[in-house]
Amino acid sequence: MITKRIVPCLDVKDGRVVKGVQFVGLKDAGDPIELAKLYDEQGADELVFLDISASNERRNIIIDLVERVAATLAIPFTVGGGINSLEDIKAVLRAGADKVSLNTAAVKEPELISLGAEYFGSQCMVVAIDARYDEEMGSWRVYTNGGQRSTDWEVIDWAKEAVKRGAGELLLTSMDRDGGKAGFHLELTKAVRDAVTVPVIASGGAGTAEDFYEIFTAADADAALAASIFHYKETSITAVKEFLTEQGVIIR
Amino acid sequence: MIGIIDYGMGNLHSVQNALRRLEIEYFLSENKEELAKADALLLPGVGAFKDAMHALRKDGMDEFIVTSVQERKPILGICLGMQLLFEEGEEHGLTKGLNLLPGRVVHIPGTTIDGLSYKVPHMGWNELIIHNPEAQLLSNLSANHVYFVHSYFVKTEDRNVLLASADYYEEVPAVVGKDHIFGTQFHPEKSGDAGLEMLRNFANYVRER
Repeated sequence: MITKRIVPCLDVKDGRVVKGVQFVGLKDAGDPIELAKLYDEQGADELVFLDISASNERRNIIIDLVERVAATLAIPFTVGGGINSLEDIKAVLRAGADKVSLNTAAVKEPELISLGAEYFGSQCMVVAIDARYDEEMGSWRVYTNGGQRSTDWEVIDWAKEAVKRGAGELLLTSMDRDGGKAGFHLELTKAVRDAVTVPVIASGGAGTAEDFYEIFTAADADAALAASIFHYKETSITAVKEFLTEQGVIIR
Repeated sequence: MIGIIDYGMGNLHSVQNALRRLEIEYFLSENKEELAKADALLLPGVGAFKDAMHALRKDGMDEFIVTSVQERKPILGICLGMQLLFEEGEEHGLTKGLNLLPGRVVHIPGTTIDGLSYKVPHMGWNELIIHNPEAQLLSNLSANHVYFVHSYFVKTEDRNVLLASADYYEEVPAVVGKDHIFGTQFHPEKSGDAGLEMLRNFANYVRER
């Protein structure tokens, strides 16, 4: 049977890996090529590369960096950030990515999901959803532009819409939990997981190996993404996988 | 020297990256005369069975492959490239394949006989169940999980071609082979150590024969 996946994420700005808390206060976390190599060696099941400056500064992602990261990897590779058109999708896939992750552009122009799925297949199309709890809405609201702009979309509705349009996978980030290391958002993840038929990658809040166990068992996430705890070597992918194996979670 | 067949179907980047890293000599070509000089062929492929066969038929690449294989040139098909080695495929309308291995390529049902529905595509890391431990492609693997992404799978009556499978509600042929003909349903170049080892095994097999 299919294993649960551990997915390290490189948030890249100006060619360096950075990490903040709740999407702000970015600190340097290393070189993307070196980290990619390290994570592949440690048994990462996939790597996500997000050009986090792209959406804001309206520039295209750094294709040659994507190419160099892809050349070091023997695992699936997802690239996101500032992908606004079919041309962008093509360029990223040609540079060696296996999947693209759409966020702001997907909300602005949902047709792009369908177009991408039609040309390259749903398995290439990941829709990333940044979610934050909204008192007024009484639910989670979708944010775009690196978490800076609120939208009218409620998360579950948008998740369903994205899948209907051809998303093959959802990358769900809890902004409330991002960088806080207090655990993934179980309730949010479970709600989305129950609403769609495609795999859900939970993101935001990983602090310990137990957090991975929780998100896989209590919320049935298909994959779990983390950044800071791996970058700053608070734990390693190897250690998380050893723990999960002991707990009986099926992993690679 | 391995000749990668470039017929416009899919991303050739990752397989080239992997071969380069393994220091396996290869070249990429759409030209039959050039490919004829290769010691072995590698048939990649992403997309639909029908489109791929149309692309191969365009300038007789299909016949070139069949003749080369009949003349005992080894071939490794990857993903859709593996599926094309079989008799026929039903993706986007029934289409004849290269007919080098017995079996047909059908859609993953998505529901079990008990009516339980499951996700298609079969996507993610799954464990290989080895049926033929003697197979050269499978020798000395240090890991047994490989990465799958596919919605169609091979159905074959001939158990001998089934070197390894994966369990995904169906018995999914994962590594197939007969004589000097090999195929993997997953992407070895995306399958960590196990995948790289299989590519190296193929290159060793080609060199040693």
